[in-house]
Amino acid sequence: MPIGAFLLRRLGLGLVSILGVSVLVFLFLHLIPGDPVDHLAGGEATAEQRTKLAECMALDRPMPEQFVRFLGSIVDGTLGHQCPDPRGKPTVMARIAEVYPHTVYLALSGMAVAVVLALPLGILAAIRRGTWVDALASVTSLSGIAIPMMLLGPLLLLWFFVELGWLPGPTELGPSAMILPAIAVGTHLMAMLARMTRSSMVEVLGEDFLRTARAKGLPEGTVIFKHALRNALLPVITIAGLQFGSMLSGAIITEKAFARPGIGLLLLDSIAERNYPVVQGCVLVIAVSYVLVNILVDLAYGLADPRIRRA
Amino acid sequence: MTPRLSMSAWVGAAMLAVFVFLGLFGPLLAPYPVGVAAVDQAPQFLAPSWSHWLGTDENGVDALSQLLHGARSALVLSAIVVTTCAILGVTIGVMAGYFRGVVDELVMRVVDILMAFPGILLNIAIVATVARPGLGLVVAALIANGWVGYARVARGQVLSLRERDYVQAARATGASDARIMSRHVVPNLMAPIMVQMTFAFGGVILVEASLSFLGLSPQTDHTWGAMLDQGRNLMFKPGYGHYIVAPGLAIAWVVLAANLLGDGLRDRLDPRQRGKG
Repeated sequence: MPIGAFLLRRLGLGLVSILGVSVLVFLFLHLIPGDPVDHLAGGEATAEQRTKLAECMALDRPMPEQFVRFLGSIVDGTLGHQCPDPRGKPTVMARIAEVYPHTVYLALSGMAVAVVLALPLGILAAIRRGTWVDALASVTSLSGIAIPMMLLGPLLLLWFFVELGWLPGPTELGPSAMILPAIAVGTHLMAMLARMTRSSMVEVLGEDFLRTARAKGLPEGTVIFKHALRNALLPVITIAGLQFGSMLSGAIITEKAFARPGIGLLLLDSIAERNYPVVQGCVLVIAVSYVLVNILVDLAYGLADPRIRRA
Repeated sequence: MTPRLSMSAWVGAAMLAVFVFLGLFGPLLAPYPVGVAAVDQAPQFLAPSWSHWLGTDENGVDALSQLLHGARSALVLSAIVVTTCAILGVTIGVMAGYFRGVVDELVMRVVDILMAFPGILLNIAIVATVARPGLGLVVAALIANGWVGYARVARGQVLSLRERDYVQAARATGASDARIMSRHVVPNLMAPIMVQMTFAFGGVILVEASLSFLGLSPQTDHTWGAMLDQGRNLMFKPGYGHYIVAPGLAIAWVVLAANLLGDGLRDRLDPRQRGKG
């Protein structure tokens, strides 16, 4: 399949997914029992205030019209308005845009932590297969898989902020305040990638072309890094990319644990305030980011490995 | 000869057995009562001691007893969710793979859409729709996307199984679709499904605890997630770290057990997959 058609097909599928996601998100928040006006207006609201609120949220309109309005707010890029005072408050998009970069940095830093730690760990374990290095690496990755992020985040804070005072604590921003959250987000992926790197590396190390490379008398370093690693890393990098979504979910938990601004914390706060337009917008933006990243990864993989394109 | 289960798989199985035992009998073994009746039966925030191994919480309730009751909640929750998801997913996946055509297209699109949500986001979106979610809603939220993985595996298996000679033979002898599916197809795809169920066992507990931690799961039931959330509010006081470590390690125990056993079962089933992460 030529690259253009490949891209078109993936984009088409992605668009279908995003449309499906919008339908789902809309349905969740509109078909569920309970009146959103109740939550938003509170107990003491007068009938007039309630009517105004319902009007502002277009809840007095028939369901299909509400859905079309919702789609319209996606198309015009506002993602909807916050009631009861739509003019006086920022659009949903503006609120998300304000915090979203923090989440992207966090996810990227988590990803960086995962890849930077996982590769050496996996490679070492594969080269020193069956030794204590290998055993240590597998214990490390199993612990990383098992430890819940909700425990790891607070524990990191407890040690490095409360006990040792080395690193900044919750609510702070800035480069050094990123270290602990990045570790919290990245550890699980690090563990998974280390295991994958090891098995991928072990597989490649047994291949004929490596025997040939050694037989030619190439130094071991060249064999490992130029010949083996290149081939072993392709699947690992793909999985890493596809796991960007899990970084986003992880960011929700981590932002809560570290009280860091971000789309996760905005989502949770909006849920607590019953601010449905913002909840809807956050879920949509996270889902769309996820779909787009997956398309990009597929594309990058397709470019890197021509065999995929033909499949 | 089929390879035997690895040592680490046995360790995982033993760890899981401990969890199941505590889930079944934990509430009976608990040294003190929990719940409303237990409030203020002991001083609050007692440090761990011989009479209260993990101390007491802000209501003077014994923390170890809560942990044991939490094992029951965790076991019930994961058993319900994993079984329902597996039954639902296998049924849907087998239908899609067996009948192909429109059914298959439809199912796969729904699967695509559900997979377009990063893991926990869909659970959050569902739970967020209700002001005070009960455990029932949490279960529903976990099932909403939990079946997808089973459906994909089942469908993939059916696509190859339906072309096998014995299935063709059954069809030639006039067996109905229902009979072929239930007698010849489903039993042969249960092995990978079992592996997936094993992994899911830990995953369900982890997601429930995440929801609790995010304040989106009922805090009244004695779940590990609720304890974790309580502990988080206390952890910055010196000497209070165990309130978050104990439930956290309990969750880690089950997740680790499920992963060890799941890896072992998968290796035994398909040696080519050995060691893959």
